[in-house]
Amino acid sequence: MVGLYTGGAWLAERLHPMLGLKTPLGLMDIAFYRDDYAARGLKHDPKRTKIPFDVNGSELLLVDDVLYSGRTVRAAMNELFDYGRPASISLVVLVDRGGRQLPICAQHVGARIEVPAGMRLALKRPDDGKLVLALESERAA
Amino acid sequence: MQRNPQLNEKGELQHLLSIEGLPREILLQILDTAESFAGVTEREVKKVPLLRGKSVFNLFFEPSTRTRTTFEIAAKRLSADVINLNITVSSATKGESLLDTVANLSAMQADIFVVRHESSGAPFLIARHVKPHEHVINAGDGRHSHPTQGLLDLFTIRHYKKDFSGLTVAIVGDVLHSRVARSLIHGLTTLGAPEVRVIGPQTLLPAGVEALGVRVFHDMREGLADCDVVVMLRLQNERMRGALLPSAQEYFKHYGLTADKLALAKRDAIVMHPGPMNRGVEIDSTVADGPHSVILPQVTFGIAVRMAVMSIVAGN
Repeated sequence: MVGLYTGGAWLAERLHPMLGLKTPLGLMDIAFYRDDYAARGLKHDPKRTKIPFDVNGSELLLVDDVLYSGRTVRAAMNELFDYGRPASISLVVLVDRGGRQLPICAQHVGARIEVPAGMRLALKRPDDGKLVLALESERAA
Repeated sequence: MQRNPQLNEKGELQHLLSIEGLPREILLQILDTAESFAGVTEREVKKVPLLRGKSVFNLFFEPSTRTRTTFEIAAKRLSADVINLNITVSSATKGESLLDTVANLSAMQADIFVVRHESSGAPFLIARHVKPHEHVINAGDGRHSHPTQGLLDLFTIRHYKKDFSGLTVAIVGDVLHSRVARSLIHGLTTLGAPEVRVIGPQTLLPAGVEALGVRVFHDMREGLADCDVVVMLRLQNERMRGALLPSAQEYFKHYGLTADKLALAKRDAIVMHPGPMNRGVEIDSTVADGPHSVILPQVTFGIAVRMAVMSIVAGN
């Protein structure tokens, strides 16, 4: 299992023990594989990707919080292939909000929610450690 | 007030010219980004597509193997195209001016200029004249500054010591002629290292060095007491000819790092050196190759740090 920073990583940290997976959890920051670097640059401080297992031949579960344009998943797959050739990748998301710009779909979806364009849906983790799905205007974010 | 020439109107890093004057947040951004790139350099495929299609020109007006090579590796790991120009044997000898050389390379669609020059301030001059989408990285200018070396030293210290609060760092040797020392001192004080010491003979310490916020020692044994980090500087042989020093043997006796002198520092002290080192002049082989030495990891970290700097400036 590989969780994508930051929301997907939080989810994966919960799902991994629940599923009793024996292979250690991987965490990935796709900052160096984004397709909007030319427009946005490298703004936030990227986390260090950690893939503590051999990707070659593995059956992978890729975990993210919200599936929207599909660009993050595209970037994540590119990064994963720089670690090796997995046997398969399935996508696990908490929410599919529609609005895909790439031919990508999730195999395991918690909920499908219609969110209007211009709004941002993202997982947050306040200080109490509870995970909260937050809907906010993109301008505010 | 004049804007810091390294930052754009949004306060983001556009050129890296010197550590002096860079805010703490930008230093930390570079170190944190380098931490992620350190992960990339440990993979089997040591390359990310970030700077695909960009051109990095290595402009070396002064010879350097290590710095040029690590910049080249860093650029290649970011998928940029790298062009190495050794200008000492080219245009400059034909009489072309610095700005004309840069203008010509700019016409070849450069994105990043990595500049090493024997004159202090040359990268600043270039940065003032490049186009808005072009970026300049100082790879060492005269005695002034060597910011990526300073940053990789900071990265190395943070890697082994976790953070800067509570650290005592000693910089030993030819501080007067060292751009590495100057960059590191600025970085350490910006990031809050409580005690930075410089150790060396009077003739090799700049006048008024205390104004940089350091403690000065002429006795190495005194200066090394309870240090967490010992940074040795290269003694340039030409200093002996300038009568600043009696002899290499005499220098080694007083300021060479030996195992018995290092024993005065903390038990878990690390020893650093920017290279190339003169064994038996500023450092003894038993120390250079010993358990406290992190001299070779410094070189490896230098690649990640240069990847971070290039990818941050090219995106701003």
